[in-house]
Amino acid sequence: MADWHIAALRAFIAIFAILQMSVFLLWVERKGSALIQNRFGANRASIFGLLPINLGFVNTLLADPIKLFTKEDFRPDGADRFLHTLAPFLALFPALVTFAAIPFGDTIEVAGRHIEMRAVGLDVGLLFVVAMVSMGVYGVVLAGWASNNRWALLGAIRGSAQMISYEVALGMALVAMVLCYGTLDLQEMVRAQGRHIGGVVPAWGIVYQPLAFLIVFVSGMAESKRVPFDLPEAESELIAGYFTEYSGGKQAAFMLADFAEVVMVAGLSATLFFGGWQVPFLSTDGWNFPGMATVAVAPWVVTLLQLAAFTVKVLFLCWLQILLRWTLPRFRYDQLMDLGWKGLIPLALANVLLTALVVLLWGQPA
Amino acid sequence: MSPLLFYPLAALTLAGALGVVVARNPVRGAMSLVATLFLVAVLYAGLGAHLVAALQIIVYAGAVMVLFLFVIMLLGADGEPPVAVRKTHLVATLVAGSVLAAGSVALLAGAFPEATVQAVEGFGGAKALGRVLLKEHIVAFELTSVFLLVAVVGAVVMAGQGGTEER
Repeated sequence: MADWHIAALRAFIAIFAILQMSVFLLWVERKGSALIQNRFGANRASIFGLLPINLGFVNTLLADPIKLFTKEDFRPDGADRFLHTLAPFLALFPALVTFAAIPFGDTIEVAGRHIEMRAVGLDVGLLFVVAMVSMGVYGVVLAGWASNNRWALLGAIRGSAQMISYEVALGMALVAMVLCYGTLDLQEMVRAQGRHIGGVVPAWGIVYQPLAFLIVFVSGMAESKRVPFDLPEAESELIAGYFTEYSGGKQAAFMLADFAEVVMVAGLSATLFFGGWQVPFLSTDGWNFPGMATVAVAPWVVTLLQLAAFTVKVLFLCWLQILLRWTLPRFRYDQLMDLGWKGLIPLALANVLLTALVVLLWGQPA
Repeated sequence: MSPLLFYPLAALTLAGALGVVVARNPVRGAMSLVATLFLVAVLYAGLGAHLVAALQIIVYAGAVMVLFLFVIMLLGADGEPPVAVRKTHLVATLVAGSVLAAGSVALLAGAFPEATVQAVEGFGGAKALGRVLLKEHIVAFELTSVFLLVAVVGAVVMAGQGGTEER
């Protein structure tokens, strides 16, 4: 295989993974919310009632896109034609490309070639993620403005204020992680989490930086604009907020962008705080349980286990976000701003100072 | 960077810059500027300056331009009547523009006789840039920070004064 084949394959895997997970989450959320609210959830999708068993999962995934893409593509009077069409693409783009920097496995060796298991081998991967997250605002802002609808505009203004505010906290919390690992490369960060403290506890980021995890996760949820941070959408106040005037495929793009952001937040948190693709006690030569002999594992099994570990971690964190979404009520706007500016940002700043002090005195843990 | 990528990207960047000037609608103008800044970042990345590219997107495309848009939307600049373009304006713009363009071409042609300088190992990375900024140019760096802080405090003070008068 030529080099560009491998590059194309890596890019395809990254985009395929995030799209599959986002669509899968759509169903998980329906069933999950039903589970939490003690009802059945989506159980009416069946192919002409022919199948004896309810394949809700498959059918929902087929029925939803068909329904959405066969609806009328509506554009309100006085809307800006070009920007109204552009907005859903701008919402989807940053959510999808962010995954390019996130490593989903260790470097593997195939036919004498070292292949990195991520779409782009970026040395400033973390900054790339932050940059793409900051581009996510435009979809919201343009959708609201170009719709020529007051509710939509209000949603867009809320959305931009919220996303700017929480980006600051997110960035500050990530600074502590950079101090901790001494690199901006996400793959290096995951490698650094492969050791074990005292040979027992995996040296994952959450052990060193629990506060940073909390801040990153909360700000990440705020960036993805979901309950309890769904003020830009707030269907009880603003109809549907910034995407009020969207229907059909474009509305589907906004929905997909939401779920892609959930996966992205989960992927970033897993990479920074839960060891990414690291499996506890598993290294390239096999399992090294403390106090036991090494169990040899074939290299391809190790790679598969790493991929599985990363997937499980991402799915767990996605599920955690869905759980939070269906547990907490929506913030009031002043509460949202207070939490961001008076809660998370001072905490993140204190965390940066403390981390810097510790790193200065005792050196990096990794 | 391959010319096959560079020339289309450069053309797109210039088209975006032109859009900023030509657009009548302020939101469209701002979005053209976002596109220009983003494409400049892509050019940086193509030239190996990954860190500068990321910072360009975070600071300009991601933060400054969002505030621009926020202000335009909040204040509703739609009501502003478009400034009438006079012939004298057009002539003055053309003259100033061509002088500037000719000057930059002449300067650049003299400064880089052969643009085939090989980048050193780690060029454009966080370590290299950090070392230059925080070791060689630490005084200028810190002075710039203080300067920006003064600007921010000044802006807040001025905004605050306006607020108290209204009350």
